[in-house]
Amino acid sequence: MSAVRDTAGQSPNYLTYDRHPDSYVHWHMTIEGEVATLSLDVNEDKGMKPGYKLKLNSYDLGVDMELHDALQRVRFEHPQVKVVVLTSGKERMFCSGANIYMLGQSSHAWKVNFCKFTNETRNGIEDSSRHEGLRFLAAVNGACAGGGYEMALACDKILMVDDRSSTVSLPEVPLLGVLPGTGGLTRIIDKRRVRRDLADFFCTTSEGVRGDRARQWGLVDHTARPQQFSEALASHVARLRDSSTRRPANAGITLAPLARVIDDTGIHYRHVDVAIDRKARTAIITVSAPTAAGPTDRAGIHAAGADWWPLAMARELDDAILLLRLNELEVGTWILKTRGNPALLQAIDDTLLALKEDWLVAETLGLLRRTLARLDVSSRSLYALIDEGSCFAGTLAELALCADRSYMLQLPDTPDQAPTLMLGEVNFGTYPMVNHQTRLATRFCGRPEPVTAAQAVKGQALAAEQAMELGLVTFAPDDLDWADEVRLAIEERASLSPDALTGMEASLRFGGQESMETRIFGRLSAWQNWIFIRPNAVGEQGALKVFGTGSKAQFNWERV
Amino acid sequence: MSINYSERIPNNVNLAGDRTLQRALEHWQPRFLDWWQEMGPSDFAGHDVYLRTAVGVDVEGWASYGAVKMPDYRWGIFLADAIPDRRIGFGDMMGEPVWQQVPGEFRSQFRRLIVTQGDTEPASVEQQRLLGLTCPSLYDLRNLFQVNVEEGRHLWAMVYLLHAYFGRDGREEAEELLARHSGDEDKPRILGTFNEPIEDWLSFFCFTYFTDRDGKYQLKSLAESSFDPLARTCRFMLTEEAHHMFVGETGLSRVVRRTLELMKELGTDDPAAIRRAGGIDFPLLQRYLNFWFTSSLDLFGSEVSSNAATTFANGIKGRPDEALYEDHLCTESTLELAVPDDKGGVGTETVPMRNAMNEVARESYVKDCEMGLKRWNMIIKRAGHDLQLSLPSTRFGRNIGTWAGIPTDLQGNRMSAEDHAHKRPQWLPNEEDRAFVKSLMVRVTEPGKMAGWLAPPDRGINNMPVSYEYVRV
Repeated sequence: MSAVRDTAGQSPNYLTYDRHPDSYVHWHMTIEGEVATLSLDVNEDKGMKPGYKLKLNSYDLGVDMELHDALQRVRFEHPQVKVVVLTSGKERMFCSGANIYMLGQSSHAWKVNFCKFTNETRNGIEDSSRHEGLRFLAAVNGACAGGGYEMALACDKILMVDDRSSTVSLPEVPLLGVLPGTGGLTRIIDKRRVRRDLADFFCTTSEGVRGDRARQWGLVDHTARPQQFSEALASHVARLRDSSTRRPANAGITLAPLARVIDDTGIHYRHVDVAIDRKARTAIITVSAPTAAGPTDRAGIHAAGADWWPLAMARELDDAILLLRLNELEVGTWILKTRGNPALLQAIDDTLLALKEDWLVAETLGLLRRTLARLDVSSRSLYALIDEGSCFAGTLAELALCADRSYMLQLPDTPDQAPTLMLGEVNFGTYPMVNHQTRLATRFCGRPEPVTAAQAVKGQALAAEQAMELGLVTFAPDDLDWADEVRLAIEERASLSPDALTGMEASLRFGGQESMETRIFGRLSAWQNWIFIRPNAVGEQGALKVFGTGSKAQFNWERV
Repeated sequence: MSINYSERIPNNVNLAGDRTLQRALEHWQPRFLDWWQEMGPSDFAGHDVYLRTAVGVDVEGWASYGAVKMPDYRWGIFLADAIPDRRIGFGDMMGEPVWQQVPGEFRSQFRRLIVTQGDTEPASVEQQRLLGLTCPSLYDLRNLFQVNVEEGRHLWAMVYLLHAYFGRDGREEAEELLARHSGDEDKPRILGTFNEPIEDWLSFFCFTYFTDRDGKYQLKSLAESSFDPLARTCRFMLTEEAHHMFVGETGLSRVVRRTLELMKELGTDDPAAIRRAGGIDFPLLQRYLNFWFTSSLDLFGSEVSSNAATTFANGIKGRPDEALYEDHLCTESTLELAVPDDKGGVGTETVPMRNAMNEVARESYVKDCEMGLKRWNMIIKRAGHDLQLSLPSTRFGRNIGTWAGIPTDLQGNRMSAEDHAHKRPQWLPNEEDRAFVKSLMVRVTEPGKMAGWLAPPDRGINNMPVSYEYVRV
């Protein structure tokens, strides 16, 4: 992105994720009692960038930003909703997936970021179902191809119309020379347990599979004739509603637009500040704890709504991560800092845990969990600096545990002023990573002893020496060394190959147990991103490039 | 342990106001003193030595003379004066301002260079620790100690950089500089040459002439560095290094003069006759020159080196006297190298100039070495002899680089291994040579007197007479 900023302090060049149902151009959201219906009706002329038309209900990043927003609204503004139906507003066309012309003209970085975000949104659907009991039904009322089918795969159940012509398909391999990379390959075997030989056939058949066979093979859960479709839909919605474990709720809260200033120096929110140094290619992300004790009861929290610190902070941090990823590609090192009073934060964590059965608290914990997980899978180097005035306690201690490395300041002459690190109950299960493990368990590669040792110091303000001993921080320079050590470490990091770092960090961050999500990010995405730079996909005669021109892709036939 | 910094450690780096440095030195300085007691010059700790101490970088300050006991020597920390608005003088970042801090990107490269340079300084003190026992005169004994304390100071200079700019890693490396010992099987010095003891004074003169001259060229390269504190440190070290080469050059020329005197007295150049008279014959001297020149050439590293290309491109290490060259980028130019061909002869290979920077430095070094040879040959010629001392080919006797392990004669012509093994005793010091030189090493401590194999110097130190009691024994 160019660094030209307008004088109002808002960057005209930043693409943002700000969306609101009143101005959706691709989705309709209707709420009827306990059911939300998200209906995809893509406006083909409203692509995010010029140069392609979003035909056949295909999507680009802009379409997915609306979906992301809609899901957040269901979580926070419509807590009474127990089932979300994803369907299409078009005739006989559910969704044909990511727009191929968009992919063909996009830079590699854009494609990768697009896939990362769409993957996170689909993982988020499953995350909300697993943790908050919000159920999702894909009502596939027409042809469902590629990314369209992948979106359906993220739902708890798939109901498909059986009109003897509509199919579900993953045509990426035969048609485009790339992969169904938004979880498709992974979910058909990991989640739907489709036999691998059938999956092999399915993934190489561009026309896909019609209803009866799709159900037989486990590609969908149910089928219904067009005449019976609404009836079937109602019955499956009812069943899912019964299985929902979403907490009882009265009224939702309003997710007001984020108070945010984007200027030359960075991105500034109320609790999160991002200071960008484009020359050094670093961003210092500072999260500030609240300055006063917040509400500790339901009424107070609901009254505070989106202003309640844990929720406000999580929204801001989530937005900051997304904006940096999309707009600041060269800012490769994110430095995580915190500010504030650990005691106040401890009180907030106590409230979060005490009231976790409240729907708003539960949804807030969910957003924190997904935001931290977003940080984990960000292709940026993460260094935590635990310096004077910092507040790495409980929930915010997770930031230090997200980091690839952490530096903790020692003050041998004035130990009272030295920063501390404090673990709390929340660090032992509240915020699982995408591998479904805690960051502590992952950090210690599944060895139980160090986790037990860490558990024993819950609630204690740990000085650098203790934190080092417990393996919770990487280095603990004292005040004399601090500035140089930290500067050198950051400069050194920023000088290394960004590609190698991305690969290295992704490999080291997720040791031990795998999950479907880690396989999506670590295997499927990695292969997809490799294919995305190969001439067979993106060369002049590559499959993505020639798609729609009538020419046949020219492949280099070497198997690599 | 508390130290009065400005008193105890002369410096121009604001040591008194720099807590980081103070703390690092509080820990390191006692260890350095322990090391000096254990590994420094043997048997002379309690003697007064007429030494030069640097107390400043100006004309007045850099050479302040007086009698000092070596353990009380005030090892100081000095940077040459800063050049205002100094710019990077070579490589890809040429023209940008020099760095006052180590860029994180090059941290490990700089640390390795500084550690390697720093390691040679205490190593040479260790190599020379027993020489005092066989000093040919008090004047020479004093020069040995001067060299030793200054190598000690050069260690301090490198330790200063490690302490001031490399944080905890730097402190650990500084400790290691004292932990490694020359010739120690378990923790040897980094460079092979610095693990061989220097057992006689002829070797000491050769070492200060050839090996310290390599040091001079390494320092000249580092004095070009874009990391300004390193450049300034090395510029000041070069003023001291000059004395070490003076010891080598005058030492060897005094050997030449003494031998010529003996040849005149005896009326013969027969080596056996000269040896019987207690002098060092020229063929033996030539063999020592061959050995020390050759082993010093190896210190420059391989002729073709990716490391050299990287350090040049990144502005880390330049060519000695970089300003004398026209092209400071060297992205297009090449160098023709003589390499062994597969027919048993000498071929050429064209290599990118940046990769050949070690060879470029080596060539400058060889020219510098030849200067002394010219002077000694002049003395020989004036005495009426045709004989000439010479330097062997840079292809001869190498252990590092393209010519490592390839048998050649002194002119660099290739030959068979058997032939070479047979001729070797004529070209490099043999057992008999070493035994004879060892037999000459007798301690002379009467003021003004010289051992029989060495002529007196032209003048004393700091305008003092040659007969001054430079070391009170």
